[in-house]
Amino acid sequence: MPFKKPVQKYNASINTVELGVGDKKIVLGGENVLPLYTFDGAIENAPKVGIEISDLGYADQVPGISGFYADCATIADMAKKAASIEDVDFVCLRLDSADPNGKDASVEDCVATAKAVADAIDKPLVIAGCKNDEKDAALFTKIADALQGKNVLVFSAKEANYKGIAASAGLAYNQKLGGESAVDINLAKQLNVLITQMGVAPSSIVMNTGTAAAGYGFEYVVSTMDRVKAAALGQNDASLQIPIMTPVGSETWGVKESVASEEDMPAWGSQEKRGISMEVTTAAADLASGSNAVILRHPESVAAVAKLIKELI
Amino acid sequence: MALKGIDIFKLTPKTNCKECGNPTCMAFSMKVASGAVEITKCPHLSDEVLAKVSESNAPPMKSITVKAGDTEYKLGGETVLYRHEKTFVSKTLYAMTVCTCMDDATVDQKIADSMKVDYDRIGERMYCEYIFVNCKDNADKFTALAQKAAAANRGVVLNCTDVDTMKAAATAIKDAKPILNGANASNYEAMSALATELGCVLGVSGADLDELYDTVAKIEALGNKNLILDVGTASVKAAFEGAVQIRRAALLNKDRTFGYPTIVNVGALAAGDEAFETALASLFTVKYGSIVVLSDMTYAKSLALHGLRQNVFTDPQKPMKVEPGIYPLNKADENAPCCITVDFALTYFVVSGELERSGVPCNLLISDAGGYSVLTAWAAGKLSANTIVKFINEHDIANKIKNRTLILPGKVAVLKGEVQDKLPDWKVVVGPTEAVGLVKFMKELQA
Repeated sequence: MPFKKPVQKYNASINTVELGVGDKKIVLGGENVLPLYTFDGAIENAPKVGIEISDLGYADQVPGISGFYADCATIADMAKKAASIEDVDFVCLRLDSADPNGKDASVEDCVATAKAVADAIDKPLVIAGCKNDEKDAALFTKIADALQGKNVLVFSAKEANYKGIAASAGLAYNQKLGGESAVDINLAKQLNVLITQMGVAPSSIVMNTGTAAAGYGFEYVVSTMDRVKAAALGQNDASLQIPIMTPVGSETWGVKESVASEEDMPAWGSQEKRGISMEVTTAAADLASGSNAVILRHPESVAAVAKLIKELI
Repeated sequence: MALKGIDIFKLTPKTNCKECGNPTCMAFSMKVASGAVEITKCPHLSDEVLAKVSESNAPPMKSITVKAGDTEYKLGGETVLYRHEKTFVSKTLYAMTVCTCMDDATVDQKIADSMKVDYDRIGERMYCEYIFVNCKDNADKFTALAQKAAAANRGVVLNCTDVDTMKAAATAIKDAKPILNGANASNYEAMSALATELGCVLGVSGADLDELYDTVAKIEALGNKNLILDVGTASVKAAFEGAVQIRRAALLNKDRTFGYPTIVNVGALAAGDEAFETALASLFTVKYGSIVVLSDMTYAKSLALHGLRQNVFTDPQKPMKVEPGIYPLNKADENAPCCITVDFALTYFVVSGELERSGVPCNLLISDAGGYSVLTAWAAGKLSANTIVKFINEHDIANKIKNRTLILPGKVAVLKGEVQDKLPDWKVVVGPTEAVGLVKFMKELQA
């Protein structure tokens, strides 16, 4: 008796969202099968890998990251260097300097930074804020205006600040925007509905359904994405057929496993290897659960995760 | 196909004798059909009927018991494809690899290094459960290598397709109950006989899924159902398809021929690319690898993979809890202030992470709140002035810590007055409502 292969192919599919312009533009989503299940049907747009840079730099970072950017004088140089990695599909600029509890850089300065970075690279650009809802809303609005025509993604709007961001980035300036919710399918759905109700086209939205480092409540990340994809494909729920983009590096490089020094934890060995391991483990698990794009920091992690995607798709 | 309640009812004596503990034979039959009780609870059934019902109503995926050193583990036995549907029951086990192609010194060093990774993470022992012994070239060294692996007191997978070589090694370490990973389309009869004779789990592989399926069916026909399926190392894509298809065939199509756990050799698939190997191990931990074979086990791999595994295999119905007690952070001593919170693992991780980020020494007090988050515990009465005072007394905090500052979670600021009344020696302070505010808060407190 031959083996009868089960197939889970759906009539519904994930939306496609285009980022960037020109030759290097990328398309997220579009699949009608479960994450990475190419044996059920072709996945035309493989998951994408982004690399993250911060306008504050990563002062206490491991040699593999700081060394990589050692010859870069400005954030634009860093962006250029990051984008030069072949496996990198897009660059994510994190405007940490804007944090009102930190350096509190002005919106004008941040817009200038974003503009310099956008002009330096030809790959798509994702703009991440400083995790302060009010400041992010102001930043994203101005940046969306300043970078018109570049088709950038502002990442991301939350329930507290989505209105202004959706109106500016999504409607007035024709950019893409991300909706961020905290590992709960209902919150993710609600935010998508709210944003689309403002008139933003579904093809202009990606979502961050929540992120964590492996070992840090990651089961919620897995189950949220499992359920989102099941509802999007299995139940044709249009409000969840939004591609998922997951920031990984910003989570994993902050946990104990990645930051504890070798002096403090001699048995654990190389801090850099631990950091890479946390980053690729988390990214691979995100992709297996449904991320259409992951954002990493370490060039070696980028290489490993890109290889994983290439081998699977 | 599983028998329905009505079909089982037809096989019972229909006397409603209640000896099974159920009021009627019909009620009993319905429960058997739903898997709630075992058919053997009815004392009036013939062996033939018992066999028929337990065979047809067995779970679609077998639960295979393996021995790793002194510990018994279950592999497989899963009933759902997604953890939110119910829960995953058998966690992925990790193996490190030794090979006859390595010299003795390398083997000893590799085993010693991998065995060093052994620690506790939220009440669970994290270590490399298995040693994968690969036979390549120098087959005469296989038995000696198997003995070395068995001596490490971990589980052993013997990977060899030559029956005589396998027999010598397996017999030499038969008490360790190694997994004999070596059956294929051409040798399955002899290999299965060997596994049955030694009471070992048999690993089966095939050139593709069809061949594997066919071989498993033939081995089952020989009466051996103590199997694990090797998804092979032809390519990452084929291995991933194998792991997913085998699990889906069992759970979605109820195809019991593939109702077995799987073994995935990511070390071989990654061929020396360490970060890529880790990525693969992560993929197969989330998607259906029962034993994931790595080239070696290091803290770098373990901290990430075991953490991931602990998360993915938690029971969604049971919150992950950390042990109540005092957790000194940033080299805190008895003079550092105390922050108290609940024992919900996620709370612990977020709070301890932020406190560590602040760099300010403090003693994190984890009180027993039944694994609930702060607000839920407060609403359920598991975090109150009384529970806090009880915790402080039971753990003898007043004698263990000299500092008298106690920081409450901002979300239960309402408790401040009562706690302060009950702990007059202490200075009770309300912390931030979100963990993310702790860095600033602790720095200001210290200043």
